Amino acid sequence: MLKQYETVFIATPVLSEQQMKEAVAKYTKLIADNGGEVVYEEDWGLRQLAYPIQHKTSGFYYLIQFKAEPTFVETLETQYFRDERIIRFLTVALDKDAVEYAERRRQNRGKAAAAKTEEVKVEEEVPAQPEETTEENNA
Amino acid sequence: MAQNDSQNAGIRYLNPPTVEVRKKKYCRFKKAGIKYVDYKDPEFLKKFLNEQGKILPRRITGTSLKFQRKVAQAVKRARSLALLPYVTDLLK
Repeated sequence: MLKQYETVFIATPVLSEQQMKEAVAKYTKLIADNGGEVVYEEDWGLRQLAYPIQHKTSGFYYLIQFKAEPTFVETLETQYFRDERIIRFLTVALDKDAVEYAERRRQNRGKAAAAKTEEVKVEEEVPAQPEETTEENNA
Repeated sequence: MAQNDSQNAGIRYLNPPTVEVRKKKYCRFKKAGIKYVDYKDPEFLKKFLNEQGKILPRRITGTSLKFQRKVAQAVKRARSLALLPYVTDLLK
């Protein structure tokens, strides 16, 4: 029984583009070799870290959404631990709401990047806005 | 006595007395129909943090218990991925 997972890893900023591709290829291959299936990949590129990790202030973020056997997660994380290029990682299981959210996110991403950010912001700020305005009215 | 009573009844305010009417808080997730709180979106999660990056209590944000747990979980995941700081000053 395959389960949906999502994994994000942060690679050191010293890698070249080529090395980064190799690292990604290694993990996608690992998933495929263990009877899994990569559903979606997303490259966030070089980002500033909110706090230094291993004396580094930035890193390459990469997101992989995949289906695999539950026992595979341990194998994957062992590989992460052994890999010196990876400075941080997180693997989470996706429930049905999360899968739905991930699909919508993917569709939004598929459209123009600018349009995507606008949509997400509108969606989230709608509940926030009325709260603030009403508080001001009361004051 | 009768005079006092009539005086009390006849109190007039120059300005109408200000009565605090608090707007009832609500859970923004229930209202907007959001089911999943994403840890990958630090800008959204910042709405639930104070300036030191601490998670705000439910009594302030009005989030329902169900989603407060999810928010807390998402914030902690984001922190571990260095999308949000564990400790800071002047987050916003």
